[in-house]
Amino acid sequence: MAKLKVNGQEHEVEVDGSTPLLWVLREQLGLTGTKYACGIGICGSCTVHVDGKAVRSCTLPVSSIEAGQSITTIEGLSPDNSHPLQAAWKALDVPQCGYCQPGIIMAAAALLNENPDPSDADIDARVDNICRCGTFNRVRRGIHQAVKHMKGGRSA
Amino acid sequence: MNAPFSLTRRQFLVRSLSTGAGLTLALYLPGCGREPEADTGTAGPGQAGARVAPEAEFEPNAFVRILPDDRVEVVIKHLEMGQGTFTGLATLVAEELDADWSQIVPVPAPADPERYNNLNWGKLQGTGGSTAIANAYTQMRQAGATARHMLVQAAVAEWGVPASEIRVSKGELSHPDSGRTARFGELAAAAAAQPVPEEVLLKEPGEFTLIGTFLPRLDNAAKLDGSAVYTQDIQLPGMRVAVVAHPPRFGARVKAYDAAAAKQVKGVTEVVGIPTGVAVLADNTWSAIKGREALKVEWDESAAFRMSSREILDDYRGRAQGPAAVARSEGDAAAALERASTRLTAAMHMPYLAHAAMEPLNCVMQLTEDGCEIWNGEQFQTVDQQNVAQVLGLEPGQVKINMLYAGGSFGRRANPHSDYLVETAHIVKSASGKAPVKLVWTREDDMLGGYYRPFYYHELEAGLDGEGMPVAWRHRIVGQSIMTGTVMEGGMVRDGVDATSVEGAANLPYAIPNLEVDLVTTELPVTVQWWRSVGSTHTAFAVETFIDRLARAAGRDPVDYRRGLLKDHPRHLGVLELAAQKAGWGRPLPEGRARGVAVHESFNSYVAEVAEVSIGDNGRINVERVVIAVDCGVAVNPDNIRAQMEGGMAFGLAAALMSEITLEDGQVVQSNFDGYEVLGIDRMPVVEVHIVPSTEPPTGVGEPATPVIAPAVANALSVLTGQDFDRLPLQLAV
Repeated sequence: MAKLKVNGQEHEVEVDGSTPLLWVLREQLGLTGTKYACGIGICGSCTVHVDGKAVRSCTLPVSSIEAGQSITTIEGLSPDNSHPLQAAWKALDVPQCGYCQPGIIMAAAALLNENPDPSDADIDARVDNICRCGTFNRVRRGIHQAVKHMKGGRSA
Repeated sequence: MNAPFSLTRRQFLVRSLSTGAGLTLALYLPGCGREPEADTGTAGPGQAGARVAPEAEFEPNAFVRILPDDRVEVVIKHLEMGQGTFTGLATLVAEELDADWSQIVPVPAPADPERYNNLNWGKLQGTGGSTAIANAYTQMRQAGATARHMLVQAAVAEWGVPASEIRVSKGELSHPDSGRTARFGELAAAAAAQPVPEEVLLKEPGEFTLIGTFLPRLDNAAKLDGSAVYTQDIQLPGMRVAVVAHPPRFGARVKAYDAAAAKQVKGVTEVVGIPTGVAVLADNTWSAIKGREALKVEWDESAAFRMSSREILDDYRGRAQGPAAVARSEGDAAAALERASTRLTAAMHMPYLAHAAMEPLNCVMQLTEDGCEIWNGEQFQTVDQQNVAQVLGLEPGQVKINMLYAGGSFGRRANPHSDYLVETAHIVKSASGKAPVKLVWTREDDMLGGYYRPFYYHELEAGLDGEGMPVAWRHRIVGQSIMTGTVMEGGMVRDGVDATSVEGAANLPYAIPNLEVDLVTTELPVTVQWWRSVGSTHTAFAVETFIDRLARAAGRDPVDYRRGLLKDHPRHLGVLELAAQKAGWGRPLPEGRARGVAVHESFNSYVAEVAEVSIGDNGRINVERVVIAVDCGVAVNPDNIRAQMEGGMAFGLAAALMSEITLEDGQVVQSNFDGYEVLGIDRMPVVEVHIVPSTEPPTGVGEPATPVIAPAVANALSVLTGQDFDRLPLQLAV
């Protein structure tokens, strides 16, 4: 049994503690926006926030989540697809196949939580997700565009 | 405005595709626009449902449906795997219909080779070869024009005015003299009663209002909030997740297995032997993975393949000296080489490559009263229907397929043997009960599972005359055939030459009077398949680096040298000139940087790329900037063309710099992204894309940028280092 606070809601789930958070989110809570792609914490498709920080949920045992910690998934990033990153992604048509994009957006959102105006080097270091469609330049532009909007007071 | 019967328009015959009935069965992808009004009763997020359309809806043909609430549903016969086809094909319909972009809703087509076949492939439905826009350009525009004609006729009947006085724009019909207007939805029912026209007139490119403009992707929003549905996301009541223990080597088989420990794992429900291994079924994915870890399998490796990549290379070098099948022969290359002032030779090799799409292979299948139902990022409907039907003892038409978004594919999901679907069918057939099954390949299964871009070895030889111009060219390719043994074999393999093994080499555009291109086809148990841009993945590298070597030997500028050899190929020349100009070819660069160029045609699209490259202190190859010029005929969605150029180039850049599948003692060495390196944001160059204006029929853009980057980078590195590059991924001499 694990108690999880996900997107502001408390859940009690019947699960072995060694199960990675990814599978609990996807298959027990039905939050399928968080994706499985490598299973070894490299590609970042499974990125969610734990207390605002980006973590790779495919290698995070659900037992390591402490009571009171707050988990945010792509479904909880904004109520209506309106986070500045989502708005920028939409305007720039960033996604192609789209499978890695929730993880990329969550990684970028965590970066902006800590660093509201990241440099290209900061982005390289922190948004190190794999995207086989090669959307990287639009991802970079999207982050910079979201920063601009947030500075303009239009942040969500 | 576009008058409906303008004399400038060409006439096309429309084959009437009307079902004749007011009732239609439609499939919906939640998150792709809207929820189904009623579904089949299956639950879970992202469940594709079916519904019966009310009679007031207007379905003039198999591709357009206009609803009373003004939505225009466009049925898309091709898989959306990132390349933008849901948007591209919908653009064609919206253009001729004069619809408003905001009312367009793409819906995935069912599997039906009669209505939804790829027109380039006969009676086969499937997506690949950068054919979506190319094959459907006229078809989808006719669909839109047909619907528009019927709407106009409905207005004629209702308003009592001549068709020539009716205007259509942004989803509205109007009669300016009387001031009458109607939205599409208001006229849908009346339009449905109109006869389907036998002929419709299509717009000339100069009349386009949507084609060539920026239209946001229709799948965009759902891919930003997690609501887009992929196969991995399907959850059906009672569904089992299956993970399969596969043999460790090609040609190995199961000898025996002990399922006792696997069955002890909580959540595991069943373990079944299937032709490709042993399947562990569980009520969730993690349990199935843990169950497989606990499974004990003894493999029969008596017939297993045990060569290493190094041994394959040595073997291919030997075979290159033996007999070969001629793919193209002009003049007398041997004699011309004897007479040449200068002779150059090269030997190159390229590794096996995994597609490594972000969504590993998976498939959901359920036996039903009528046959079986599949939920899949479905790329090869007709072939998959046949192969799955054969396993299950059904007719192909009994295999119903719900086409979902695919999290990438790059060719892999169109497997000519339907490998992962057939595996799912065997599990469904062997498992007790009729629970739906989701086959999940882990990343390791996906990467170790074969169907790679083949390993190739190339030998080239050229002779130059006194002015340094080529008078002879010989090119020999050694490697496995992709098409042999597939449904495409009859059309693609002739006189021992698989066209995909030599494409990009046999159709060398350079004017060289004595030319021979031939092929040694090898047979190995390592399974191979088309990989984004197929034959060009290796031929473009061989040809475009070798032509640069010739230019260097002649002491000539590589752009100028190509220019002189491409006089009869204006579209090659067009992209070459445009890329060179935009890249500032010939202008000085900072110390330590160099430019390289390559130009290549694939799938009837022409791409030139200029790469600016430096070498880091750590010896790392840094591709700083890439300028791409593309000629793909009419630019239907220019921003999507730019996206495909950026992404296609990036896909090729990973193969140029870092990716390779190698074998040791028959085992694949790389099993995940820790061993099989791919591109990250830190290695992505600045990219500029320039599109050649054109009124030629559009050609594909998903693949043609991919093969051009490796030779462009290698050519830049040769300028920087003086070295020749004869392998991929590129390696600097120490």
